[in-house]
Amino acid sequence: MSNNARVVASGGNRPKPPSIRKSPPSFAWLGVLPFLVFVVLFLFLPSLSLFVGGFQDAKGNFTLENIRGLFTPFILNAYWVTIKISFTTAVMGGIVGFFLAYALVAGGVPNWVRSSLMTFCGVASNFAGVPLAQAFIFTLGRVGLLTVFLKEALNIDLYGQGFNLYSFWGLSVTYLYFQLPLMVLIITPPIEGLRREWREAAENLGATPSQYWWHIGIPVLMPSLLGSMILLFGNAFGAYATALSLTGGLINLVTILIGSQIKGDVLHNPNLGYALAFGMVVVMAVIMSIYYALRRRSEYWLKQ
Amino acid sequence: MSFLVLEDISKVFPTAVGVEKFDLSVERGEFISFLGPSGCGKTTTLRMVAGFESPTTGRIILNGEDITDRPPNQRNVGMVFQSYALFPNMTVAQNIGFGLKIRKEPESAIKQRVAEMLALIHLEQKGNSFPHQLSGGQQQRVALARALAIRPQVLLLDEPLSALDAKIRVSLRAEIRAIQRQLGITAIYVTHDQEEALSISDRIVVMHEGKIEQVGTPFEIYNFPTTRFVANFVGSLNTAEVEVMDPSAGIVAMNGIRLTSASDLKEKRKGDKVMIAIRPERIGFIAEGEKENVFDGKVENITFLGSVVRIQLRVGGTVFNMDTFNRPSLQLPQTGDTVRVTCSSKAVLVLSE
Repeated sequence: MSNNARVVASGGNRPKPPSIRKSPPSFAWLGVLPFLVFVVLFLFLPSLSLFVGGFQDAKGNFTLENIRGLFTPFILNAYWVTIKISFTTAVMGGIVGFFLAYALVAGGVPNWVRSSLMTFCGVASNFAGVPLAQAFIFTLGRVGLLTVFLKEALNIDLYGQGFNLYSFWGLSVTYLYFQLPLMVLIITPPIEGLRREWREAAENLGATPSQYWWHIGIPVLMPSLLGSMILLFGNAFGAYATALSLTGGLINLVTILIGSQIKGDVLHNPNLGYALAFGMVVVMAVIMSIYYALRRRSEYWLKQ
Repeated sequence: MSFLVLEDISKVFPTAVGVEKFDLSVERGEFISFLGPSGCGKTTTLRMVAGFESPTTGRIILNGEDITDRPPNQRNVGMVFQSYALFPNMTVAQNIGFGLKIRKEPESAIKQRVAEMLALIHLEQKGNSFPHQLSGGQQQRVALARALAIRPQVLLLDEPLSALDAKIRVSLRAEIRAIQRQLGITAIYVTHDQEEALSISDRIVVMHEGKIEQVGTPFEIYNFPTTRFVANFVGSLNTAEVEVMDPSAGIVAMNGIRLTSASDLKEKRKGDKVMIAIRPERIGFIAEGEKENVFDGKVENITFLGSVVRIQLRVGGTVFNMDTFNRPSLQLPQTGDTVRVTCSSKAVLVLSE
């Protein structure tokens, strides 16, 4: 026995199933097409070319010789120096830039001063290459304006005390010229995002300013700080013209090596250059992985 | 001496005066509301008590101690902010325990106090949640618990409900009042919502342009406003200019209609012009035998407001609103009818300014 009636004959016209109206084709994807073309032409294809070139000899045959070449002491040293200078300028630029940005945001600076400084930062962060190197040579070179002024007016002999513009620290100072303003530009919006009420609530609960920064300010800003510093690292890691113009190859940087392998007269081996560039991509990928891991940890409270 | 005394407080900003000659004494366990429109100085006054603003003149005395120049982190007052201000990188439990951690209380004591506070706000299950996982009402309860966890001498609440929707506002304000009574804590509550202030407070301080307009119980503020501003700001009100006819008998004339007021008119002279105010709900249709303050009005509009019906009457050159309860048996006039209405002499308030 069943409670359901069994239909033995249809009682007339069955209603037609509702017709599914086709929606018109969407062309929204066309909007993203220029970006995709750009990525393929200027990111994907060059990277592919580097990758393939790194595994080829001059005649186009497959070889691992270029990759093996990356592990020679001279090239390993170049990577080490490049990483060291990038790390140093990223951390120093990051810390000092953060304090500069904080002073700009919370220091009661008049609006016109602030907007002028931000404009200057925009310009300075893009001031690199030959002009920057020349500016530093004219200012802090052996007979630079500041060097001579300090020596003659204040009896401070920079070079006598160990400073050398054409050394690791000299190049770091030069890099800081564009690293600092870049940090100010990118960390200012997150600092502005720190709400006044958080600081007041912490104070109200008995916290000192340093306790506020330790428990709330820094943890909240940490993802932005890490992101900014990784950008600074990448910025210094890929710098070429500034270092070449300033030191003329005295400092063994990967970018200068790549330049000399691709267009040099003596060390002409473009495929090794491709392998070196591929090595830089690997280093950046490792740095980015570390960054993502740190960022995930610092953003744990947003991931819940 | 009162528990909290604000003595001749003023605050002058570079471009404007924030608060002027503010004197107030608050008793221990009292719930005081600062009520007024935006920019009247209520939040500035609260922030001076918290220590986030320094008074230009005057003193703040809490429990016998002058705290005027004490930094905010040494005042032991709890504050609840309009935007909750929960620390986003901490869990609910960490937020509540933050003040105790800063005070270096033992871990076990912090844990116990946090559990007490979570129970107080009925969020026992949310201790491990982060602020962004809570609703607005829940976040504000956590903010309240965080402020109370440090056992403050005074609880300051800066428009704590204004970011919440109407239903939650009503339930949460009752909850705040219940918790305040349960703990017996002294509280100052800032709001621009007159209904909120009337429903929650022991006393209300009505502020306008940096000054105190009137201090009184909700009953006094609503029924006996002393200034025109208070009368207009708290509840809706009919106001009219009248001429004093007999100061000793409290008789005034409005468009030729004689009205008797229970307010004191002895300082006035015959012929003086004064402002009177009558609440809409204090006007009613005339009943048998009523002779005091009877006047006619032409019905211009009738509006249903749910439990109340508002009837707009033209009385001479003045428009009066009259509110009456909406009952099924209610017999309403038609627009254009002339009706005879009345109000008691106590309902006719004479305003000082």
